[in-house]
Amino acid sequence: MRRIKIIEEKIFVFLSAFMTYSLILVLMFIIGVVFVKGFNALNPDMILKTPRGGYYYGGEGGVLNAIAGSLYIAVGATLIAIFIGLPAALYINVQLIRHRKTQNTIRYFLDALWGIPSIVYGAFGFTLMLFFGMNASLLAGIITVALLISPIMVRTFDEVLSTIPRGLYEASLALGSTRTETAFKVIFRQGFPGFITAVLLSFGRGIGDAASVLFTAGYTDNVPVNLDEPAATLPLAIFFQLGSPIPEVRERAFASAVILTLIILLLSFSARFMAKKYSRTNLR
Amino acid sequence: MLLKRILADKANGLWMITSLVTILALPLVIGTGLYLKASPLFDQQSFFSLVFSADWAPSEGRFGFRPYITGSLYVTLLSFLFTLPVCLLSAIYLTQFSSQWLIRTMHPVIDVLAGLPSVIYGVWGVLIVVPLVAGNIAPAFGTSSAGYSILSGGIVLAIMCIPYILNMLIEVFRTVPAGLIEASLSMGATRWESVKHVVIRGNYPGIISAYGLGIAKAFGETIAVMMVVGNVVKVSGNPFDAAYPLPALIANNYGEMLSIPMYDSALMFAAFLLLIIILIFNMIFRYLIHKTRKQ
Repeated sequence: MRRIKIIEEKIFVFLSAFMTYSLILVLMFIIGVVFVKGFNALNPDMILKTPRGGYYYGGEGGVLNAIAGSLYIAVGATLIAIFIGLPAALYINVQLIRHRKTQNTIRYFLDALWGIPSIVYGAFGFTLMLFFGMNASLLAGIITVALLISPIMVRTFDEVLSTIPRGLYEASLALGSTRTETAFKVIFRQGFPGFITAVLLSFGRGIGDAASVLFTAGYTDNVPVNLDEPAATLPLAIFFQLGSPIPEVRERAFASAVILTLIILLLSFSARFMAKKYSRTNLR
Repeated sequence: MLLKRILADKANGLWMITSLVTILALPLVIGTGLYLKASPLFDQQSFFSLVFSADWAPSEGRFGFRPYITGSLYVTLLSFLFTLPVCLLSAIYLTQFSSQWLIRTMHPVIDVLAGLPSVIYGVWGVLIVVPLVAGNIAPAFGTSSAGYSILSGGIVLAIMCIPYILNMLIEVFRTVPAGLIEASLSMGATRWESVKHVVIRGNYPGIISAYGLGIAKAFGETIAVMMVVGNVVKVSGNPFDAAYPLPALIANNYGEMLSIPMYDSALMFAAFLLLIIILIFNMIFRYLIHKTRKQ
């Protein structure tokens, strides 16, 4: 009896260790493959030039159009998401502080919203575009991505705000400040590290999402100047170039994938670093 | 001075509540918008014939979504089968058996991987999984495959969902009080027995919801699947055949959907279907999580 127990233990510990280490290996392998493939094709032209004539047949140029378009869309969408996300998160944690049940219900719905796939947002953005008679443009892309990332921003920010002790809120009110002043001068400041994390996380989501901008932002070889022009995006650039039968163009898809991965890695490391940096001055 | 502050307070309160209501109303607005766009379709075909018919001829106005729905379900099911043992065992190993150092380094790595855009996983799938399926796995089973297949889609989806599910499982297992495991150990149970009876059995709702949310994510995933699954309209039980999942249908045909009558309605119906299925999934499993958190 005892022997069987010990054998079972040995088998399962071995199995789970094996699973874990092979998982780590596979995940490292993915990053490794993308980087090795991509770095061979990466050159300054890729980042600094827009596609020239015959680019999609292996001619000169780069994906500056896509990098710029992605940054524009992600920045615009993040700004809109901050504009509606910040007050929403503060409202949950300041005005509703005495209504636990309402708070939890709202969090529940926000969590459910988080899971809606981006293709649905894309399709919805497209119906909105048709409804307002717009064409695929930078503006339409920004609005669609903003809808996609605002629940993420609210929920991430809210997660940090909800850990702030209630005494801080009561102390601020006791000193005679209004709820607005409490929200922005006390709660927001205390939750600032969480705000940075939320912004960078949503920004990363916005820049990496392909399905939502597929219908709404369109694709172009130029860097967009106006809001009503179509805009290329990095994930779509990767997708389209990878579909090409020409080897040089496929190589460039790998290089673009490396650029996108580097941007995402940079974002998530700076999110970690900044959250640590700003939480040093927090009240505890 | 006081008046100004109170006015600012009122104005700000209005801004806050409007933003919150806007965000919360989003699924309702999206659902209504898509439904209205899809509604002309219901005049021609009943809901059941749309979902269960396999007759797909857009130019003749016949839309049967069965190939797409089965394609989506098949790919999702495969990915679930792959993630099931891997995530559970890895989460147990990381939280119960491994050194503190490993989980402290792995947790941020998993976080970063969960944030990688799906198109990156798609690139990896095209580079590695597709040739692997065409060159090694299919011949090993005695068939041939182009590589762009349901199996490739399942593998890529599984790899994509693993960081996401693993993250949630680690959160769940970390909340198990050390005292409970120690009590079980002191009763003479082995470490694995304690894990089996305390960690796993005590966290059924958490484990189920982690997988449920993973499945919902896999079901709605677009770009990565579309890149490796082949996109051929047919109902097939063979994992080495190509399939055409629902999200891929929407993404691939937006260009021509305005030129064929009713085609745009059909695609919006597909988006509506996705929204409803995934929203229901999310609500059920999120509810389980919220309920366990309160206890």
